[in-house]
Amino acid sequence: MSEQEPRELPEPGPPSAPQGRVLAAVAAGGALGALARYGALVLWPTPGHGFPWTVFAVNVTGCALIGVLMVLTVERGRITRPLVRPFLGVGVLGGYTTFSTYAADVSGLLVRQEVAVAMAYTVATAVAALASVGAAAVATRAWLDRGGRPGARAEGRTA
Amino acid sequence: MTWLLVAIGGAVGAPLRYLTDRAVQTYQGPGVPYVFPWGTFTANIAGSLLLGVLTGAAVSSPVHALLATGLCGALTTYSTFSYETLRLAETGRAFLAAANVLASLLAGLGAVFLGAKLAGGFGG
Repeated sequence: MSEQEPRELPEPGPPSAPQGRVLAAVAAGGALGALARYGALVLWPTPGHGFPWTVFAVNVTGCALIGVLMVLTVERGRITRPLVRPFLGVGVLGGYTTFSTYAADVSGLLVRQEVAVAMAYTVATAVAALASVGAAAVATRAWLDRGGRPGARAEGRTA
Repeated sequence: MTWLLVAIGGAVGAPLRYLTDRAVQTYQGPGVPYVFPWGTFTANIAGSLLLGVLTGAAVSSPVHALLATGLCGALTTYSTFSYETLRLAETGRAFLAAANVLASLLAGLGAVFLGAKLAGGFGG
């Protein structure tokens, strides 16, 4: 509970595109994101024991990317096309990163008595994910403040 | 074939998460400030429960590709979870940010174990 009125984002509100098109964009993005994650696991398979490095890397990189995307779209309104966030954010990055595999890998490590690895993986993912989304958001804001411009131009911050 | 199943699962899981998030926010009431990200929390725990069931049931590889890698993977998300936690912290709600992380971890882990137990244990 904070006293001052927090700077609310226009979060998330009904997107300004027809619901069917939004769902289609989310579905297409989700398929691509899931394929990218699966592809990473095919390229860098992790053995059934030990630290799940591939899912760790997938989640941390996905968190960095959503930090950039959310600043460009919701926070600063620099990208205003209505389907960009449903497609890239909810779809691709949401489908690419995964919470369920993370939780299942932790429980698998616990079941196999690899308690230290389970703890390390749990904490390392949470810390690295939050650090990467935070660093990416801060860097993107700084870049915009210095006059950086993404492809689409749209002036006017959301206050 | 596996790639196709993963893609189909992802194409279903991501819209399910989106609709879950919308439904939870509607339930919270229009105009209510968006405080605790219950929508993402719900999707993450539901997906973890389902993945626990699939793990416990030791399903075949094609089913695993479709429902575990595809559907559960896309129904749940780490990126939105992280961003929402970041926003809580940045808007002066450090307690809610920490609560979101701890509750998600504990509930997610519990959901996997519960799902596996319901399906007959960690047999696979």
